[in-house]
Amino acid sequence: MAQKIVIVNTGCANISSVRFALERLGVSVEVSDKLDVIKAADKVFLPGVGSAFAAMRSIEAKQLSDTLRGLTQPVLGVCLGMQLMVETSDETRSGVINCLGLLPGHVARMQAGELRLPHMGWNTITPVSDSTLFKGIPAGTYFYFVHSFAVPVYEKTLASCTYGQPFSAALHSNNFFGVQFHPERSGEAGAQLLTNFVDM
Amino acid sequence: MLAKRIIPCLDVRDGKVVKGVQFRNHEIIGDIVPLAEQYAKAGADELVFYDITASSDQRVVDKSWVSRIAQVIDIPFCVAGGIKSVEDAGRILEMGADKISINSPALTNPDLINQLHDIYGQQCVVIGIDSFYNEANGRYDVYKFTGDETRTQQTQWHTVDWIKEVQQRGAGEIVLNCMNQDGVRKGYDIEQLKTVRDVCEVPLIASGGAGAIEHFTSVFKQADVDGALAASVFHKGIINMQELKDTLRGQGIPMRTRHKG
Repeated sequence: MAQKIVIVNTGCANISSVRFALERLGVSVEVSDKLDVIKAADKVFLPGVGSAFAAMRSIEAKQLSDTLRGLTQPVLGVCLGMQLMVETSDETRSGVINCLGLLPGHVARMQAGELRLPHMGWNTITPVSDSTLFKGIPAGTYFYFVHSFAVPVYEKTLASCTYGQPFSAALHSNNFFGVQFHPERSGEAGAQLLTNFVDM
Repeated sequence: MLAKRIIPCLDVRDGKVVKGVQFRNHEIIGDIVPLAEQYAKAGADELVFYDITASSDQRVVDKSWVSRIAQVIDIPFCVAGGIKSVEDAGRILEMGADKISINSPALTNPDLINQLHDIYGQQCVVIGIDSFYNEANGRYDVYKFTGDETRTQQTQWHTVDWIKEVQQRGAGEIVLNCMNQDGVRKGYDIEQLKTVRDVCEVPLIASGGAGAIEHFTSVFKQADVDGALAASVFHKGIINMQELKDTLRGQGIPMRTRHKG
């Protein structure tokens, strides 16, 4: 039987890109903000671009927070979607904003030194341990990044990347996975990662 | 290490890819989607689609091709042309574009940059700038409505001042098109790009003048741009993408290598 794959409709702009990328893999997906549809999914995508403040406001307006926290199936956050999965973020005008807290961690503005922000373009990642998500994806593989905020490297880091400072390119805790890059826009490497997640 | 980007630009008019010389005499190159697919497969790092008629015709043209591109392309792409409002931008981003590029409408209404930044985020706000070197007074000036010769006009902005202004307002990337060089394939305007680089703290993309592989080498090494945009050298097959990237990599310029799976 075909899997039920649901992309959470966070109201953010990269939902079409994620859906098209999955459809290119021959996977059918549903975009939804309905609690029962999200709960019943085999796999859940949490996409996001833009600011953490706007995205959290949208998620709260749709009353999705508790449902997302209660999920036990594999969940993959993408870019801002990954950042929303940790506890707190600095990406707001009012200091610190609470995120979903699906795993520990904090999002801070990148300290890139002389380098330009946003960190925009193709950069190499290094998986820190053997994992299903990065199966067949060796250290040195390029993925497409666009962001100015990041989660530092810590115990939940599944892959790292360096831009001025090292930061988390991917996170993992229990059933929750997150990637800072855009697998839907990362060519063959992105397709491999999405396939790995769908096949979990 | 962050790779430098090679960005083929496809100028779009009435759903076809076209190319003119110094913004004039456009000839049809081919259909959008197959060309986009071809460039993605060849190893382009990103694509830009400029709807060159949109701003000057005072209309938002049929953009359904954006969605068709998003379905087949697995690299990032940016759409430019005729995006005059938050709603225009939203529609294009919803169709699957990763970034939107604003040129003339930002000059007419600079506050649009702030609005786009606040609603969609800095990462998708690209500002395109058409800059012309005025030999008479040695100044770089910003022009608008360059898609239509009869309406092209000089603005009051000096290029460096406009670059500073758009960054303050929330631009996430700047594409600097050096009009004197555009379409003539004699090399990027290194001097101008160096000047702009000094005041540009967001990613800077060079545009206008690529004619040979050594032009890309120079612009990355001398002007430290983040990406180089080119059109005719790719459309006409003058430069092969793989050869270009291999050569640049050999010169120590970080280039993306493809995942072999």
